[in-house]
Amino acid sequence: MTEPVLELRNVNKSFGPIDVLHDINLTINAGEVLCLLGDNGAGKSTLIRTLAGVHKPTTGQMFMDGEAVSFDKPKDAADRGIATVHQFGGTFPLMTIGRSFFVGCEPTRKIGPFKVFDRKTANETAVKAVQEFGITRIDDGDRLIGGLSGGERQSLAIARAVHFGARVLILDEPTAALGVKQASHVLRIVLEARKRGIAVIFITHQVTHAMAVGDHFAVLIRGAVAANFMRGEKSREEITDLMAGGEALADLDTAMEDYKDSHDGHPPQPASRATVA
Amino acid sequence: MATAARTDTAATGAPGKTGGRSLGALIRRPEAGSVLGLVAVFAFFTLVSGQIFVSPAGFASWLNVAAEIGIVALPIGLLMIAGELDLSIGAVIPAASLSFAIVSGHYDMPEVIGVAVALGVGLLVGAVNGFLVLRTGVPSLIVTIGTMFAVMGLTLGLSVLLTGSTSTNVVPAPVWKAIFGTFIGGMFQVTIFWWIAFAAVIAYVLHVTPFGNWIFAMGGDKTSARNAGIPTERLTITLFMVSGFAAAFVGVSQAMVYQSAQVAGGQAFIFNSIMCVVIGGVLLTGGFGSVVGIVLGTITFSMVNQGIYFTGFDPNLGSVIIGALLLLAVLMNDTFRQMALSYSTKKKS
Repeated sequence: MTEPVLELRNVNKSFGPIDVLHDINLTINAGEVLCLLGDNGAGKSTLIRTLAGVHKPTTGQMFMDGEAVSFDKPKDAADRGIATVHQFGGTFPLMTIGRSFFVGCEPTRKIGPFKVFDRKTANETAVKAVQEFGITRIDDGDRLIGGLSGGERQSLAIARAVHFGARVLILDEPTAALGVKQASHVLRIVLEARKRGIAVIFITHQVTHAMAVGDHFAVLIRGAVAANFMRGEKSREEITDLMAGGEALADLDTAMEDYKDSHDGHPPQPASRATVA
Repeated sequence: MATAARTDTAATGAPGKTGGRSLGALIRRPEAGSVLGLVAVFAFFTLVSGQIFVSPAGFASWLNVAAEIGIVALPIGLLMIAGELDLSIGAVIPAASLSFAIVSGHYDMPEVIGVAVALGVGLLVGAVNGFLVLRTGVPSLIVTIGTMFAVMGLTLGLSVLLTGSTSTNVVPAPVWKAIFGTFIGGMFQVTIFWWIAFAAVIAYVLHVTPFGNWIFAMGGDKTSARNAGIPTERLTITLFMVSGFAAAFVGVSQAMVYQSAQVAGGQAFIFNSIMCVVIGGVLLTGGFGSVVGIVLGTITFSMVNQGIYFTGFDPNLGSVIIGALLLLAVLMNDTFRQMALSYSTKKKS
């Protein structure tokens, strides 16, 4: 078997006295989508920031292609091919598609002694890159980012990361703020990225979206990996229960049933109503 | 130059409807609003004050004002596009003016040393501004108010300490006077040409080089820009230093023109330059704007400022017009920006 693209071994992260991540062990292979599920505050953000080089693990190690790596700053992770796309695409609403696509690594051409931003190449490359991902509605690199829909922005950001050689693509809740149709566009792009052999880490708390694209799932609860399983090993209900803190939801159901049984089938009254009555 | 390139491709992009497309492309430019404002203001003063406003003397009166504000407004515009502000220029102008006058006038040293010291003061204040903004994380508005007062105090204190007075005379050699402070044709200040040179260089940097792209990116979203590998810290310090340099340049040329320098003065530049920039379509919160817009905004502002003297109105009304103009410009710029955002390519059939 080939080496996993990225592997975490016993990664811990604490901020002062607060332990945020406990003994995280995860592997992710090329051409695979790892869905990272977890409720708010479960440590998802800390985990992806650690992967992206924003934080350094307190203890534990990260490996890329079997080789131990340590990132001092986000740039180091980016140089190794780890790209993060944030919820709103991390783009600049008032810049054109072509310009924002190449922020930080602008193509230039020479006019006499002057180095000049090559707008034509930038626009053409950007439009081509995003169209290859099936977003054919973007056909003019001079459009402003702010004029695109949320799904198009996400798609553009993903296309940008892939264009610049991302090997591990971290998507931080890409579908959270999107409508159903927009979200399905983004999911299709996730699958397209997987097809190109990119390892995708997909963070979400929408189980439906995760189940649509995931090969491999990890559920984080209070900073620890509570479950780590492959596609088809667990049902949607089981995953939802896990995310809500293990058996908590199931317990709640049982509690409700018990209450109804003992109160002639009535659910509990809200407190204020109860006092008036 | 950027405008030409843009209209050009917009036109070639849709062969069938060249006229409509390039007009649309023009409206979406950041300076669309300021063009309209300029035309309206020019027409108004030409109608009200008649021949004198369009005579060479009329042009000279507002061009001379525009040139001085314009040199300061350009780097202020860059800073605003990058999401920062610089108010300390109001203190740097007299500080540079006095530095030059004290070195070359009071101590009678060669002009080259005086000019170098004055420009150095500007660069230094800029570097301090940039450094403080980065290190403290305090908004640049506050930081530069602080440095403005500090520089003002130092200027006054050092001037009194060194010369025993708050103003110093200086008589620059003819060649220096010619470079910085002469009047061409008896009325056009040479500063106008310096302004054109500044505008050309800054337009090149902002709209044509990758460096300009970084400035827009930084104003749009600083964190994303840094993550994309843009050296935001170096860029911030550089922009503040350019702003300090430009203010010092204006200070030096003022000392050359008036052959003296005072501690007071320069305060008006703070708000005037910001107004020029905003009228020119630069977004206050950063990420949007153009050099053409800033230049047009400066011209509009100076026309109102000076044009009022050519009319029969009470000159104090000029301030009212400028106030209204500013509000109108911001509203209009918002509208045009919305149009730019909602623009999408029409299906080509």
